[in-house]
Amino acid sequence: MSPSIEPTQELNAPEPEHCPGPESDLAGKEDACQGCPNQEICSSNTVKGPDPDLPLINARLSQIDHKILVLSGKGGVGKSTFTSMLSWALAADDSLEVGAMDLDICGPSLPRMLGAEGEGVHQSNSGWSPVYVADNLGLMSIGFMLPDPDSAIIWRGAKKNGLIKQFLKDVNWGEHLDYLVVDTPPGTSDEHLAVTTYMKEVGVDGALIVTTPQEVALLDVRKEIDFCRKAGIKILGLVENMSGFVCPNCKGQSQIFKPTTGGGEQLCKDLNLKFLGSVPLDPRIGACCDHGRCFFDEYPDSPATTAILDVVDALRDQVELDMTKLTLE
Amino acid sequence: MFKLSRRYIVSSLRAYHENPLGIPRVGKGPAPTMPRSQKGLPIRQKIPNVKNIILVSSAKGGVGKSTVSVNTALALNSLGAKVGLLDADIFGPSVPRLLNLQGEPRLSSSGKLIPLSNYGVQSMSMGYLVSPEQAVVWRGLMVMKALQQLLFEVEWSPIDYLVIDMPPGTGDTQLSIGQLLQVNGAVIVSTPQDIALIDAVKGIKMFEKVDIPIIGIVQNMSHYICPNCKHESHIFRSEGARRIADEHNLKTLGSIPLDEEICLQSDAGKPIVISNPDSESVKPYFDIARSILDFTK
Repeated sequence: MSPSIEPTQELNAPEPEHCPGPESDLAGKEDACQGCPNQEICSSNTVKGPDPDLPLINARLSQIDHKILVLSGKGGVGKSTFTSMLSWALAADDSLEVGAMDLDICGPSLPRMLGAEGEGVHQSNSGWSPVYVADNLGLMSIGFMLPDPDSAIIWRGAKKNGLIKQFLKDVNWGEHLDYLVVDTPPGTSDEHLAVTTYMKEVGVDGALIVTTPQEVALLDVRKEIDFCRKAGIKILGLVENMSGFVCPNCKGQSQIFKPTTGGGEQLCKDLNLKFLGSVPLDPRIGACCDHGRCFFDEYPDSPATTAILDVVDALRDQVELDMTKLTLE
Repeated sequence: MFKLSRRYIVSSLRAYHENPLGIPRVGKGPAPTMPRSQKGLPIRQKIPNVKNIILVSSAKGGVGKSTVSVNTALALNSLGAKVGLLDADIFGPSVPRLLNLQGEPRLSSSGKLIPLSNYGVQSMSMGYLVSPEQAVVWRGLMVMKALQQLLFEVEWSPIDYLVIDMPPGTGDTQLSIGQLLQVNGAVIVSTPQDIALIDAVKGIKMFEKVDIPIIGIVQNMSHYICPNCKHESHIFRSEGARRIADEHNLKTLGSIPLDEEICLQSDAGKPIVISNPDSESVKPYFDIARSILDFTK
C-alpha cells in the first residue's frame, strides 16, 4: 500500500499565480505570497506531507522480484568485480531478467567491467532506459552520463541523494525484473543511508558482504555488518575474495593476503552469518574486467570460475528459498 | 606548570552536530568556527606546529593508501624528519591497527586531543574515538564537522611532516580538506589495472581543480614473486600506473611489489619498514620518502 499525499492541514483558498508551491522551502516567504490568504499556513510549514517521490519509487521497485545489495565497508575487495560476475552468472540463465545498478558515484566501475563504456542513457516519457549489455541484462550507472570519463565528480551528500532517488524513481527496467543487483561504494555514508531509506517500504532481499581474508579488511567489514543490523537489512552471506593464489609456473599455492585471525570463515562463525565461499586470485580476472569481457566465457576451467559459480548458486538458494509467499502450481 | 589532562568516556557523550567527536569544551567561549572570507568560502589554513602537509590519496578503494601512508611516515622518520600521521578515513580507519595502537586519546590543557605515538610517529584517527565494532553511519555534514575537529583540534608536538591518509572517493572529505588546508603536496597511489587507474585519473583531475600540487604516483601491488619458484606474476596487470604518470607528466615515485610479509606484518601491527627493514620490498617506501623530502625543500 503506498502512502497517500494528504496535506496535514487544508489550504483556505486556491493558490495564486506564481505560487512557489505549498511544499517548497520558500512557501509563504516569496513576493507572490503577500496577500495570499494561505500565507500563514504555508509559512508555518505545516503543509508538508510525506515525500511525494516515495510512491513512485515503490511503484517501480514493486516490479522487481529480488533486490540484492553488494556491500563491504572496505574498498578494493572486489565489490564491483563480484557484482559484474553475479550479473553475468544470473544473466546466463535465459529465463531471468537481470538489472545492475551502480551507486558508486565517485568511482563508477561497472560500465567498464560489463563492456558498456561510452554508451549513453536514453530518456523517454516512461523514464530512463538502462543500457543493455545482453538481452536480459540492463545496467544503470552515472558513468554513462559524464561528458568526459576523466572528470571527477566532487559532490556533497545531498546531491548524491538526489541522484540515487532519480535512479530508483526514473529508471524503467521493463515490465518485470527478476533480479536487481546494486553495487555500493566503500564506507557507511550517504549512499548507503539513502538506498536503505528509499527501499525501506518495498524491502531489500538482503545484502551480500564481500571481503578479503586480512584483518585490516575485516575491521571495516565488522562495521558494515553493524550498519546492516542497525538499518534492518538481512545479511544473505559473506564471500571471501582474493584468498589464495596459484602460481601459473609451478602451481604452488600461496596466500598473499594472509588470514591472521581466521579470515572470513572465522568472522562468520563469530557473528553467526552464512559463509558463501572463498574465491581465489586469478590474474586473468583483472584483465577481463579491464576489457569488459565475461570471465566465465573466456576461462571456464579456472578454479576461480568454479568458486564464483558455487557462491552464486548458494546465494540464489538463500534468496529464492525465502519466498514464503510462493504458491504451489 | 600543572597540566590538566583528563580522559573522557566516549560512550557516555552523545555526538552533537557541532561537536561530533564529543570533545568537552574548556572555558566559556562559543564553539570554535572556521574563519571565512568575504564570499563565504573558508580560508585555507595551516595547522599549528606542522611545517608540511602531505596527502596520500587515491579515488579508488583498496589500493593500499593506509599501508603506503604508514610505511612512508616511518621511512621519513628513519631519514631524520619528525612525522605525524592523520587518518582522515572516518568510516574505515585502519591506522590504529597498522600502528598497533588503541585507547582513548587524552586532552591537553587547552581542550585539544593529544595524539598517540608509536615507533616514533604521532598519530590521530577516528579509530581511537569509537570502538572497533561500532559503525559510524554519518551523513556529509557530520563528516565535515568531525574532519574539521580532527584537523584543527589536535595538539601535535612540533613536526616537520604531517602525512594525511585519505579515504577512497572524491566526495565530502576530499572537498573539505581541499578547502580548509594549505597542502604542500599529494601522492596518488594506484594498482596497475585499468579499473583502478580510471579512478586515479579522477583523483589527479580533482587535485588540479582544487590547486593542490601532485608530487607523483605510486604503483602498488605491481607484481608477485612466487616464494617457490621465484616466478614473477603480474596479478593486477603491469606498468599501468607508470603509463598514466607519463601521460600526465608526473613522476612515478616507486613501484611496490605484492609481498606476503607486508600484509602479515601490517595485520600484526608492525609495519614492514620496522619489522623487516632490509627486505627488498622496503626500498620503494624509502624512494617515496626521499621524493617527498626533495619536493618540499
